[in-house]
Amino acid sequence: MAIFSNLTEKLQHAFAGLRKKGKLSEDDIKAALKEVQIALLEADVNYKVVKKFIKDLREKAIGKDILESLTPAQQVIKLVNEELTNLMGKEKSSIMLASNPPTIIMMCGLQGAGKSTTCAKLANFYKKQNKKVMLAACDVYRPAAIKQLQVLGESLDIPVFTLGENVDPVGIAKGAVEKARKSAMDIIIIDTAGRLHLDEQMMNELVEMKKVVHPHEILLAVDAMTGQDALNVAESFDNQLGIDGILMTKMDGDARGGAAISAKAVTGKPIKFLGTGEKITDLEVFHPERMASRILGMGDVLTLIEKAQENFDEKKAKELEEKLRNSTFTLDDFLDQMDSMKGMGSMEDLMGMIPGMNKQMKNLQVDEKQMAHNKAIIQSMTKDERKDPQIINANRRKRIAMGSGTNVQRVNVLLKQFKETQKMMKRIGQMGKGGKMPKIPGLF
Amino acid sequence: MIIDYLKKGLAKTRVGFVGKIEELVTGYKKLDDEFFEELEEILIQADIGAVTSMELVKKLQEEAHEQKIDDSSEAIGLLKKQIESIMGHDQPHLNIQEDGLTVILVVGVNGTGKTTSIGKITYNLRQQGKKVVLAAGDTFRAAATEQLESWAEDVGASIVKQNEGADPAAVAYDALQSAKAKKADVLIVDTAGRLHTKVNLMEEIKKIKRVLEREYPGAPHETLLVVDATTGQNAIEQAKLFNKATGVTGIVLTKLDGSAKGGIVIPIADRLEIPVKLIGIGEGKEDLRPFCPKDYADTLFSK
Repeated sequence: MAIFSNLTEKLQHAFAGLRKKGKLSEDDIKAALKEVQIALLEADVNYKVVKKFIKDLREKAIGKDILESLTPAQQVIKLVNEELTNLMGKEKSSIMLASNPPTIIMMCGLQGAGKSTTCAKLANFYKKQNKKVMLAACDVYRPAAIKQLQVLGESLDIPVFTLGENVDPVGIAKGAVEKARKSAMDIIIIDTAGRLHLDEQMMNELVEMKKVVHPHEILLAVDAMTGQDALNVAESFDNQLGIDGILMTKMDGDARGGAAISAKAVTGKPIKFLGTGEKITDLEVFHPERMASRILGMGDVLTLIEKAQENFDEKKAKELEEKLRNSTFTLDDFLDQMDSMKGMGSMEDLMGMIPGMNKQMKNLQVDEKQMAHNKAIIQSMTKDERKDPQIINANRRKRIAMGSGTNVQRVNVLLKQFKETQKMMKRIGQMGKGGKMPKIPGLF
Repeated sequence: MIIDYLKKGLAKTRVGFVGKIEELVTGYKKLDDEFFEELEEILIQADIGAVTSMELVKKLQEEAHEQKIDDSSEAIGLLKKQIESIMGHDQPHLNIQEDGLTVILVVGVNGTGKTTSIGKITYNLRQQGKKVVLAAGDTFRAAATEQLESWAEDVGASIVKQNEGADPAAVAYDALQSAKAKKADVLIVDTAGRLHTKVNLMEEIKKIKRVLEREYPGAPHETLLVVDATTGQNAIEQAKLFNKATGVTGIVLTKLDGSAKGGIVIPIADRLEIPVKLIGIGEGKEDLRPFCPKDYADTLFSK
């Protein structure tokens, strides 16, 4: 969401008057927490959950000596991030497979949450681990729902158990489990019809199914785009049926996914998987700390800071810091940074950690080979050109392309990339402006 | 009466929402900070969004002060008016041509209920004696065509389809030719659910629209964005990007029979000026109603 895409900036703003005073009062914390509160609400975390979260956070923030920290905004962000991560469960948690197979997994949720697609993804996930998996089509209500699962099963070469549309879903589930047992399946995944948590009759059907098939794992599929209602939905399903885990779908969009926090907070059940795309392989195991960052809209800044600290030498970092502050980051520095980057892991990983970068950098292909090309391109420029790329006109571009053994398009791409980076550096530079920046020695 | 239908659909919504409102109306005599804070909470919990909710309450506070209102029910009346005026006074109907073919394009993210809404719209048009052709433009999701086919059979419409994986623009083209040849009254083009952030898929939907425009000037007469009432703040981005790609003429707000309030349509109407045209309030084929701003606001706030 554009409005509060950068909580860091907002907090910076909230803390703007502070430095002169040099002290953090309770009012300052209140103002900062108000920004956090709005950011969380705009990320669709349920109001009640946010209220409690902010209350807890206030106590912790006041207790902690924010004064000592280098920049108060960073300190608050760090605290918020930690608390959010705590709230979502400290560790990743997956499905325990039954010692006596088959492991029976039941998938439930509202209409349109993405249950059928996710069942197929999950089946594929286990098939890849050499498990024998079967799917059961128990959605007899939505037209062609069974067909959908059959088509998906066929494409994955996974058997789909069905008794058609005129059989009671509980009966289908029972038959499917029997069949899975007979054919020595490791895992059976039962797809159920989407239903409203308020629909007593439909909810009873699930309760009945649970009684009959004794699933090891009941998963609730929650759409990442869900708003405030995620709390009611998760609470209802958990109270009426008892769920074992949550699965967030449609995570490949730009929704912040605050629903994950609401669902986790109200049920206490772990989030286990994320659906992250249209492809059948787009299923990921859940990582709480990444989710916290996503909800705050800040990328994995903290990891990036740590990585950067490990890989930059102090002196260079200091120089870069100056440049950031004065916005004199040149192509020479860009080249330097590229060298340093090599020690930090893949470019793509790093890009993903920077707030707002996921989207911006999408068009900028980053692979190691291209980095070598880029290096050659910069090295083919004159000193003046490196300092002030704006003077690079069409003729110069041609010459640089020739000199580096590339072509003009590549030169253009690099210049564009540099410009983007420069913009980003400016932003990061402003983040630390006024305060000392040893914590962020240089992100590139 | 439409308001009764709305009430039926929103009945469950009202339990939590209006219960709170009622408490506010009767429980407080004074318009103090607590009152406004609770009002803000109610609006936020309806998915109207923190920023818009705060704006609404602030405006209400000012107006109440200006007009020297100190009664809570009067204040809520003002708030209702505010919401109503954002949502538009006129009841916008589907733009169905008097003569000749009307083309309706239906778009939205995955799982909002596009196909089901098309089924319901078709049923409604059939009740009015209209001849309807459906284009099975979701060639991506497994068995999506079968789903639409089953609706077509049920409500009596013809369907134009191709194989899974076919170019949806080609399906739209075929369907348009077929609708013209059959002298149909309405052609409804279904499309695959797509996240608004997927550039290539948004290009695909632009192409579908281009084909319709080119082959039948004036088409599509309606481009409906289907929004799930359970959706949170992301619906604004959805509306923005779908509008940019296809020029959305109206919203179909689905799943209002749940406990979600669908309040996100308020900032959408406010910032993007896209009206809600239809609401989905149940699983049945008759459970689709025209949206009426006054009824919506009334129902949300009435006892």
